[in-house]
Amino acid sequence: MSTNISRRDFNRLFATGVAGAALGMFGTSGAAFAAGYRVVVIGGGFGGAATAKYLKKLDPSLSVTLVEPKAAYVTCPFSNWVLGGLRTMKQITQTYATLARRYGIHVVPDTVVGIDTEKGTVKLKGGRVLGYDRLVVSPGIDFKWSAIDGYSEALAESKMPHAYQAGPQTLLLQKQLHAMKNGGTVLICPPGNPFRCPPGPYERASLIAYYLKQHKPKSRVIILDPKDKFSKQGLFNKGWKRLYPEMVEWRGPAAGGKVLSVDGGAMSVRTDLGELRGDVINIIPPQKAGLIAFTAGLTDDSGWCPVNPTSFESTIHKNVHVIGDACKAGAMPKSGFAASSQGKVAAAAIIRLLRGKEPVAPSLVNTCYSLIGKEYGVSVAGVYQLAPSGIVEIPGSGGLTPIDASDDQLMQEAMFAESWYTNIVRDIWA
Amino acid sequence: MSSYLNISLSALLMASASIAFSAPGLAASKASIRQNADVDPRGQVLSLSCAGCHGTDGKSAGIIPSFYGKSPEYIESALRDFKAGERASTVMMRHAKGYTDDEIHLIAQYFGTVWGKNK
Ligand SMILES: Cc1cc2nc3c(=O)[nH]c(=O)nc-3n(C[C@H](O)[C@H](O)[C@H](O)COP(=O)(O)OP(=O)(O)OC[C@H]3O[C@@H](n4cnc5c(N)ncnc54)[C@H](O)[C@@H]3O)c2cc1C
Ligand code: HEC
Repeated sequence: MSTNISRRDFNRLFATGVAGAALGMFGTSGAAFAAGYRVVVIGGGFGGAATAKYLKKLDPSLSVTLVEPKAAYVTCPFSNWVLGGLRTMKQITQTYATLARRYGIHVVPDTVVGIDTEKGTVKLKGGRVLGYDRLVVSPGIDFKWSAIDGYSEALAESKMPHAYQAGPQTLLLQKQLHAMKNGGTVLICPPGNPFRCPPGPYERASLIAYYLKQHKPKSRVIILDPKDKFSKQGLFNKGWKRLYPEMVEWRGPAAGGKVLSVDGGAMSVRTDLGELRGDVINIIPPQKAGLIAFTAGLTDDSGWCPVNPTSFESTIHKNVHVIGDACKAGAMPKSGFAASSQGKVAAAAIIRLLRGKEPVAPSLVNTCYSLIGKEYGVSVAGVYQLAPSGIVEIPGSGGLTPIDASDDQLMQEAMFAESWYTNIVRDIWA
Repeated sequence: MSSYLNISLSALLMASASIAFSAPGLAASKASIRQNADVDPRGQVLSLSCAGCHGTDGKSAGIIPSFYGKSPEYIESALRDFKAGERASTVMMRHAKGYTDDEIHLIAQYFGTVWGKNK
């Protein structure tokens, strides 16, 4: 048990002088002895910002540093609402001022370029080196650019946006939709599993249709999908039939859904069944963990990061926790809600680990709301626990909005979706 | 917890033989008192995810109901009713079914601790 306080921790504690204060407290309270431990968090998205906030909320004595290059973080959640004309970009932009001011988190606007897991340091692009006792890595995703012939980062930025990292990409797609003629064709091309936000492409098709129906009603939205089935399929199909008959069409792999290559000049995609032209083409490429996870050797052959599901500590490198889209979290989908739930579990585990205690069994949650029309919301929920095989959904829990839900229920879910967004971004960034 | 404290204490005493302390960092250690004895760690882990919909500590800013400040008894019976389908809901039944009755009790008690309403 005494090995819980390593020599390194020891030296550091006495160097900072915090131990003296802690000693003085033992007589009067049961306060634990985590004061001054340094946790560095990489990435200020749903996973990283939630972890940083909850580390400080649950143990204000920790020294928490959040490294994130962007001063303003545009959330992917509700970026489809922007495409539908139901939100502005400003309404889905979060900043780090409150985390710094109210919670005392050191927010460092920089990019981590290397992690030395032996020394316990991270190196920033700007040259600084930060030491950590525990490191949290939540870098989100990167794209496999070469997976689709002819597609590239340059093409994404000029003609065929992915809009799967919100910001300039969302604006580009929106601009193209606004410029498109009435009667145009929008192609949405999602990847195979696993990928960020499984219902995302289908919510996107819905809200683009919502916009088109009002402004360009002769237009069409065609989803070209390499998958045989997709998230909330029954609910989406029913919603499309009711709200956008003739406008939204889904084509699976047997119907030429698999995109083999793209041509930016001709604005077309090639599938098994030949060439298809689009006025707006949204390519969502296959994905992998964010770059720093690879640089630091945290990934396995799958391109994602294996972790211990109790603490989200990497099974490859000690004292490094990987959460959010970048990690392999068993049955959990890659979502913002899941990333924040994982971040909280990791925060609680880190606090216990720093005190030499075992983390408790995790409890994880996800809910993805999708808006099909302005007053037409559906959701998929899941509560997860640890089983011998890893993180599994608790039998009997979770599941979908009932397929026969009343209009009233669908409207309530649309309103709760809105409230979910308000509350989760406040829970994380405010 | 006590065994860990003993170790910390003896480790400190050992070290104090060779190091002279100054006493800064009081603010930091005072803050950590909040995170103490009566928070059940499992109750905490079960409860933190509720904030994703209800807002931090159940304080909602939108149409999803707040449960901030409600008694543990109220929260416990609401969750049990959702779980049993005795109370209408869009999503709460799907969530409440993910917890055993004992876990529901722990969740209710945890929130009671957060707002100091436990007996
Ligand atoms: C269209 C769309 C709709 C979606 N809708 C929903 C929804 O309704 N509900 C939901 O729950 N989820 C939704 N998602 C999914 C959600 O956006 C992601 O699952 C979530 O953002 C994952 O969080 P994360 O922390 O893993 O990564 P991110 O949120 O992507 O955050 C990663 C952060 O790390 C930073 N970073 C990366 N590398 C470094 C580095 N080396 N150094 C420092 N910083 C770095 C990046 O700048 C970024 O800010 C949606 C996604 C899309 C694309
Ligand atoms: C996916 C979003 C979501 C999550 C996660 C969630 N809730 Fe709820 N909760 C709701 C909604 C929406 C309602 C209103 C009833 C309904 O339609 O489901 C509600 C209602 C409630 C109520 C009734 C409030 C009242 O005024 O009577 C309580 C209590 C409650 N939830 C507690 C919790 C607890 C505790 C958790 C975590 C274990 C939790 N909820 C997780 C969305 C959520």
